[in-house]
Amino acid sequence: MTVKTMLLGAAASLAFVPMAYADGHEGERGRDGEVRIIYWQAPSILNPFLSGGTKDVESASMIIEPLARYNEKGELVAWLVDEVPTVENGGVSADLTQITWNITPGIKWSDGTDFTSADVKFTYEYCTDPEGGCAQVTKFEGVTSVETPDATTVVVTFDKPTPNPYGPFVGGESPILQAAQFANCMGAKAPECTDENFGPIGTGPFVVTDFKPNDVITMEANENFRHEGKPAFASVTFKGGGDATAAGRAVMETGEFDYAWNLQLAPDVIAEMEKGGKGTPVAGFGPLVERIMLNNTNPDPALGPDERSVIRPHPFLGDPAVYKALSMAIDRNLLVEVGYGQAGKVTCNWVPAPEAFNSTSMKCDVQDIAGANAMLEEAGYTDSDGDGIREHDGKPMKLLYQTSTNAVRQDFQALIKQWWSEIGIDAELRNINASVFFGGDPGSPDTFQKFYADVEMYANTFNGTDPQSYLGNGLCDKAPSPASQWQGENISRFCMEEYDALHAKLSETAGIEARAEIGKQLNDMIVENGGMIPLVHRGRLSAHANTMGGVVLNVWDSELWNVADWYRIGG
Amino acid sequence: MTEASQQTAPDAQATRNQWWDVWDQFKTHSGAMVGLVVFLIIVFGVFIGPFIWTADPQAIPSVVDMIKTRDFRPIYTALWDPSAKVSWANPLGTDNLARDNLARLMSGGRVSIAVGLTAMVLSIVLGSLIGVLAGYFKRMDGPLMRLTDLFLALPLLPLILVASLLFREPLANMFGTEGGIFVLIVSLIGITSWMQTARIVRGDVLALKEREFVLAARSIGTSDRNMITRHVLPNVMSPIMVSATLGIASAIITESALSFLGFGFPPDFPTWGRLLNDSVDRMVSYPERVIWPGTLISLTVLSVNYMGDGLRDALDPRIRGR
Amino acid sequence: MFTFTIRRLILSIPTLLFISLVIFLLLQLAPGDPMAQVPLTVPPEVKEKMRQALGLGEPIYIQYLKWLKQFFWLEPLYLIDHYLGTRLSWEWTPVSPLETAEQIARWRADGVLRETTAGLEVGSEQLRVISWQTRSPVMDIVAQRIPQTLWVVGVAYIVGILIALPIGIISAYKQYSWFDNAGTLVTMIGFSVPPFFSGVLVIVIFSVQLGWFPSIYDTTLVVNDWASFKKQLLQMFLPVMVLALQITSQISRFMRASMLDNLNQDYVRTARAKGLRERTVVMLHVLRNSMIPVITVIALGIPSIFGGAIITEQVFKVNGIGQLLITAIQANDLPMVQTLTFIFAVLIVLFNLIADVLYGVLDPRIRYD
Repeated sequence: MTVKTMLLGAAASLAFVPMAYADGHEGERGRDGEVRIIYWQAPSILNPFLSGGTKDVESASMIIEPLARYNEKGELVAWLVDEVPTVENGGVSADLTQITWNITPGIKWSDGTDFTSADVKFTYEYCTDPEGGCAQVTKFEGVTSVETPDATTVVVTFDKPTPNPYGPFVGGESPILQAAQFANCMGAKAPECTDENFGPIGTGPFVVTDFKPNDVITMEANENFRHEGKPAFASVTFKGGGDATAAGRAVMETGEFDYAWNLQLAPDVIAEMEKGGKGTPVAGFGPLVERIMLNNTNPDPALGPDERSVIRPHPFLGDPAVYKALSMAIDRNLLVEVGYGQAGKVTCNWVPAPEAFNSTSMKCDVQDIAGANAMLEEAGYTDSDGDGIREHDGKPMKLLYQTSTNAVRQDFQALIKQWWSEIGIDAELRNINASVFFGGDPGSPDTFQKFYADVEMYANTFNGTDPQSYLGNGLCDKAPSPASQWQGENISRFCMEEYDALHAKLSETAGIEARAEIGKQLNDMIVENGGMIPLVHRGRLSAHANTMGGVVLNVWDSELWNVADWYRIGG
Repeated sequence: MTEASQQTAPDAQATRNQWWDVWDQFKTHSGAMVGLVVFLIIVFGVFIGPFIWTADPQAIPSVVDMIKTRDFRPIYTALWDPSAKVSWANPLGTDNLARDNLARLMSGGRVSIAVGLTAMVLSIVLGSLIGVLAGYFKRMDGPLMRLTDLFLALPLLPLILVASLLFREPLANMFGTEGGIFVLIVSLIGITSWMQTARIVRGDVLALKEREFVLAARSIGTSDRNMITRHVLPNVMSPIMVSATLGIASAIITESALSFLGFGFPPDFPTWGRLLNDSVDRMVSYPERVIWPGTLISLTVLSVNYMGDGLRDALDPRIRGR
Repeated sequence: MFTFTIRRLILSIPTLLFISLVIFLLLQLAPGDPMAQVPLTVPPEVKEKMRQALGLGEPIYIQYLKWLKQFFWLEPLYLIDHYLGTRLSWEWTPVSPLETAEQIARWRADGVLRETTAGLEVGSEQLRVISWQTRSPVMDIVAQRIPQTLWVVGVAYIVGILIALPIGIISAYKQYSWFDNAGTLVTMIGFSVPPFFSGVLVIVIFSVQLGWFPSIYDTTLVVNDWASFKKQLLQMFLPVMVLALQITSQISRFMRASMLDNLNQDYVRTARAKGLRERTVVMLHVLRNSMIPVITVIALGIPSIFGGAIITEQVFKVNGIGQLLITAIQANDLPMVQTLTFIFAVLIVLFNLIADVLYGVLDPRIRYD
């Protein structure tokens, strides 16, 4: 059948050659043959509720879909529903405790059965089952019930007024599973359903034909897809594994693949690949920020395990003169140029996106070594023994600067160490394997949560467009400690009563403008009071073949969100 | 010549030990001499070189200079490409952060050669010891070979994770940050690479033990200790030499893999393996960045190989004096 | 020799059990967390729940005993079931008398019901060794990966041995000839250039510049006709070349050294003096006596065929066992790492035993009893 479709597609494109040139992306489903996608991290499972890894969420997004998702500008668009519910159109109740979704009638699962509100309700029950270990359970935080008055209506009720009710069933992390398929996979049985987890039935443009975990997925067009003439491709080969360099090469230099995801490579390497002439890199910006976290506690190895990186303050990092000088000594423009090129921007903010939340009150794009030196001098940090390193309390100012292993991060470390040495602060560098650094093993001294160092560098972001819970990472009680098994998101152990109070106010405020105003104040507060040094606002850089049309890079949702609209140019 | 000197000066025999014979034989081996010279040049270059070429391998110039002086090509590129960015201040060019490539090669070589040689010696000594004991003493064969099986089966990465979890801090306190990591890396590479040598040596000893000369030596009451040092060890030298040569190469490469994964030296600490690894992405635009470290690793291994060949021939009494 | 083999085989059982315990403890001790690859946006409480769902909360000895049972008892049973259609690996529970007729009818339709003397029983498959990353049986994935590993690493090994033996023999026989020197140069460079470099180098030359071979291995390719076989050969060529170079280097060096040792022995002189043909002397007498170290190296290498070639597989996206192991280690997928390393351990013990037996065949003077 695939062959037949392809032949038909070929015949169709031959018959309508002039039209094909005029409007290449209209025509019969499956007319453009095969599309080949490469992700250098290989998907291990196609059920995003059981994994949460980006590779798994994005590969699954070609098969299963949410009710609404974010577009490339970060705006909500209706996907399986008629319109996005708002207070204005009555979809969200005036007291902000209820949201009503109206499913577009006539949508079918890929097996031909009807997509109904029961599936949506089932998805809620599936993910919130206490024994299931669902990775996306925070999407359903505060949900008290999901009701289905009829087959196309879903009513979600929250336990309190929720200014942003677009958590459940919105975005690539919260797609809808088919109730009929997963009915026997609830709770503790979830991991036993290998066939289901490897081949979910969905409403999306493609259907899994074969899934080899951590290797390759083959898919074909969904015959029951709701849009006529989509997807343009009859089949997909989704290869995983290797490294970013090889993926970029396969798209831009050898042309073996059509789309390569997340090419974290130095700009000159990307530029060299682009000379291959077979593909084009595209960049998009979400809220991802590469930053240096400043330890607000004392990481002295001489302290015992219950005190190290727990007791405040740090010997000298808490002094505004020190952390401001550290920040002034950094040339962020050069960092962008060396490390990220078109996929990076200078930022002084923790929350640089969405635009409404991007604070403009701070300036940091000019390096000022002299100013930083003067500031330290004035604050009484002087180099009394003439070894080029300033002293504090008679001890040289030496920072242990750790990060995960990654070529760009190691270049950043070298550069920043050099600049800090110019202001008389010595840095000892350490890089730690990412699977240890970002793993939460409380037994390991090298995790980023334990923060057994003075400063550490990594990147973080948030899902969707509302930073409320992300800003919550600066709350006093979120600081990791032995009592919490070193879990907790307040990595810098920043703690300020005013911040906690302001954040509480944010969670009660509705209206995007007011929220953005508070968000910016919170952002400024944590940066100016020594929580962190933001370095680079990082974009996502992917590459597509020059013969691919319809690719729109989306950083707010799955990158493959509009794969149904992709087509081959001139063919 | 040796025989002549022994005949004419019997009293010199006491002062002239057998190592002089070995050296005399070694000198006549042209391959070994070339290897020795190349090896000495490399060692001299990386250990004494930095006193002559004093550029700092870790120094990055200030921002304005850095943009101007990064990504310089080696000076010889100008011969065929007049438009190439070159400078006499950096004969082998600079890297993407404007650090001097020559200084980095020298500094990297110090670490790589030190790691390669020490880890190799450790692994060879362990391997030969276990191999000889297992092969020679029947009672120890079973337990020692099962131990070898165990070590062969241990997955390297988790082992390294555990070792650096347990020993990194105590070693850093004892030997300083870099010294501690050096000891850790060298011992890790050493204790995870002796098994092949042990198996090979044991196999050879098993066969050797049944040879006529061993039986003869035993019949005149030679002690086990003398048996091993006089008769067994010299006859298993050649596989040991091969293991040693291959061991240096593996140690240098394993070190780079460890550093690459984040278990090795601090990131601003160049080694040959790491220089090679970091430059693979830019191999088309800046081939020199892979050619130099790659060539130096190969040259070191080749020179050790020829020295090993010469030493093996020199130690073999049947060839000596031929 | 036969009793020796039997004794060693029996002895290898406690050895392997001990090895499995050591590996298990090592993996438990290693810092790392199966949640390391879950994005930072997922909060710690959720990660903790996910860990519980993986069974991480159980005491270590329970986890170990569970793995032992699954690996040594359930997996073989499952294999029998798979081929014979039996249900040995199933677990049966009596049907409760309160069960509705509807449910029983559904079970009957699904074929999970059986009639015993005690009454009706409903069965389900017992949990096999499950990977934490994919939530699917480890052995299924291993079986999926074996073909490409054998195609690439296995072929490279055979190619490597076939090239290495003649090179080693000729190099030794004509020591310090131009052939020997060239061989030394090539094998030494081949061994000292790591595959992360040589792999990318051949890709840049043969895939990017010349476009002769694909740079990414297609694991979905089914060889069923001449054209697909040709495609398979093309995509195998580069990884096999890179791997075979390494293997050749190593084996040919040992072959050469061992031949050199033997060529100077008295028995060679005797054989020549007896008037044997030079060919017979070298190929029969010297070669046979020189094989012991080479056999050792090859026997140590064969388990590593199964272990795959981590870096080469990554570079060419072969996604064989090596890639499976390294991704499992990075994701801290302990059941997967444990199972893979244990299978590897079994092969090591087995092939070292085979090597020991072969010593006796090659040199009948070697006795173990």
